[in-house]
Amino acid sequence: MTQSNSFILDGATIPYTNEQTIIQAAMAAGVYIPHLCYNPEFKPHGSCKLCTVKIKGRQVASCTEKPQAGMVVESNTKELNDERRNLLQMLFVEGNHFCPSCEKSGDCQLQATAYELDMMSPHFDHFYPDRPVDASHPDYLLDFNRCILCSICVSASRDVDGKNVFALAGRGINSHLVVNSKSGDLADTGFSANDKAAQVCPVGVILKKRVGFAIPIGERSFDEKPISATPHPTVKGA
Amino acid sequence: MTSLETAANPENLRRIAIDPVSRVEGHGKVTILLDDKNKIHQVRLHIVEFRGFEKFIQGRPYWEVPVMVQRLCGICPVSHQLAASKALDAIVGAKHPTPTAEKMRRLMHYGQILQSHALHFFHLCSPDLLFGFDSNISKRNIVGIAEKYPETAKRGILLRKFGQEVIRHAAGKRIHGTGSVPGGVNKSLSVAERDELLKDIYQMVSWSREAVHLVKELHHKNPELYNSFGAFRANYMSMVGMDGSLDLYHGRLRARDDNGNILFDGVDYNNYSELIAEEVKNWSYMKFPYLKSLGAEKGWYRVGPLSRVQNCDFISTPLAEIERREFMAYSGVMPMHAPLGYHWARMIEMLHAAEMIKDLLHDDDITGSELMATGERGFEGVGVIEAPRGTLIHHYRVDENDLVTMCNLIVSTTHNNQAMNEAVRRVAQQYLHGHEITEGLLNHIEVAIRAFDPCLSCATHALGKMPLEIEVLDESGARLSYLSRSGDGSFCA
Repeated sequence: MTQSNSFILDGATIPYTNEQTIIQAAMAAGVYIPHLCYNPEFKPHGSCKLCTVKIKGRQVASCTEKPQAGMVVESNTKELNDERRNLLQMLFVEGNHFCPSCEKSGDCQLQATAYELDMMSPHFDHFYPDRPVDASHPDYLLDFNRCILCSICVSASRDVDGKNVFALAGRGINSHLVVNSKSGDLADTGFSANDKAAQVCPVGVILKKRVGFAIPIGERSFDEKPISATPHPTVKGA
Repeated sequence: MTSLETAANPENLRRIAIDPVSRVEGHGKVTILLDDKNKIHQVRLHIVEFRGFEKFIQGRPYWEVPVMVQRLCGICPVSHQLAASKALDAIVGAKHPTPTAEKMRRLMHYGQILQSHALHFFHLCSPDLLFGFDSNISKRNIVGIAEKYPETAKRGILLRKFGQEVIRHAAGKRIHGTGSVPGGVNKSLSVAERDELLKDIYQMVSWSREAVHLVKELHHKNPELYNSFGAFRANYMSMVGMDGSLDLYHGRLRARDDNGNILFDGVDYNNYSELIAEEVKNWSYMKFPYLKSLGAEKGWYRVGPLSRVQNCDFISTPLAEIERREFMAYSGVMPMHAPLGYHWARMIEMLHAAEMIKDLLHDDDITGSELMATGERGFEGVGVIEAPRGTLIHHYRVDENDLVTMCNLIVSTTHNNQAMNEAVRRVAQQYLHGHEITEGLLNHIEVAIRAFDPCLSCATHALGKMPLEIEVLDESGARLSYLSRSGDGSFCA
């Protein structure tokens, strides 16, 4: 049985149910908290830290933290947004994110969040990692250059598709997305175009082949409104 | 070809460098070697940029290519997007794009021709042509034009703006849109977009026609200058329509010798590599293409408006055809070889582009819904288009996993490499020989280069003033004199 109650987020009263985390309650109330690894369809794991909020001076991940009645939560503050911007800048320089030629431009949550948080430059030196694409599958392509290690595809493949096609390997700065096959190629996994994992990438890693720039500028998810004003700020089709 | 490419004994000569050349895109420099009597022994236009697109496109999915390669340029990105799309049509088996797709691509292209030609003539070159090559440097810019010829400046700005609006409606953005994709386009015009463009197109046709008249008048008023400045004889090549018309989007390759006689005609551009080879010289990053049948020494050629207008049999739009005929009558039996003739030909093309836009806006296919064509999968494709500056060739190979394995681009300015060098050498002989260096004299060199509208130009189009340094060194390398121009146009010695 659920109990309605409310907490204070940046001065606004937000109702919540016992099942909801802070970000879930905020999204239900139409209040945006920046996030990347959170997708409402999957269990949150608090890894990207973009959704960090402040409660009584303590920073917590709003995707995993549950609210309490009367709790005062800070989110849209200069301090937190500066830190979020730094996290974004690190994500941009760790991969190869060339938005001008990326077919997810305009539909990409990383790009949209960077616009939302006024990220004007990468600030840090680029790593320029060497990450060849995996084009072995007949229907889908993996461009590892754009992976932000959100692991939503890992959850989707494991929890919905029951396939375990994707995993994160390595540790720390060497963490990277891998696929579960002896060859290391997507073509040698059980991945198929109907999988949930094929639909959930918030950036431009898991791409349906031969689609490219089919959606004209002006009709992409974030062309008209910023991510904070988009009704369902998760990946299209999720 | 002049003998000024390489001096016999360069070690005892003075060196002057124009580095970088101003009011052109990117970075190029001119070096001049002179002896004690200011006799010129060597002149070279060096292109010092390196882009690397042919390499880093390898390993990328083919559908990404048209959007990626258009980043080669901020002025003519549509050309690269279209040339790549045409090449990749063969990969998706779209032998014949739908009528709506072809007309949308053409609309995009003519919008770009209009905006690029307007930008080049009004913003970059009209200061030289209307004020004089060695006129007061403080006025020789678009601001000076706006002060003395406000109506001319206004028209230049609005013509360019209109061309950009055409591109925006067709491609989604004024610069670096996504409209053209392998197999077709991702949008057609809405009725509202079409009607918005129709409101202004008649004015644009009228202003374009008057721009042709303006350049024509300059030729008629001072034929000695316009017919001889930097003039040299050259072969010339362009794509012409299947019916011999001026067609900037699709057709066959045709080349003529310096007397205007056909060297080859009706050549399928898929066979370009059988016609053209590229020579490498150790002093430039840019290759020197030539017609294989004539060899490197005699086979270099010119592309762009001056070639196209003289290479075609006719222009399909009535007002531009009238102007073409007058242009051909002016040049007489022999082709016009004078670099300043580029401006006249360029304005005729701008008029043609405006007329074509008008016609396309009245065509129902432009608002159609059949956007894509498909067919048998291919693995290799060549796309050629007549970009604002000349013939543009894109060639790709794609593997069975959809990744690009080979990319070869021959861009317009590359075709003109030897021709621009020739023009610079002629001007150096005509004007610098035996004279003290002045800013005005050096600008003569730049005027010759600008006539070609080389695609080194996006960096400086808006401001028109690049930093410039000129050094005169003695044989030991010691500096004898020095002149520098800062980014704001001020000089110091």
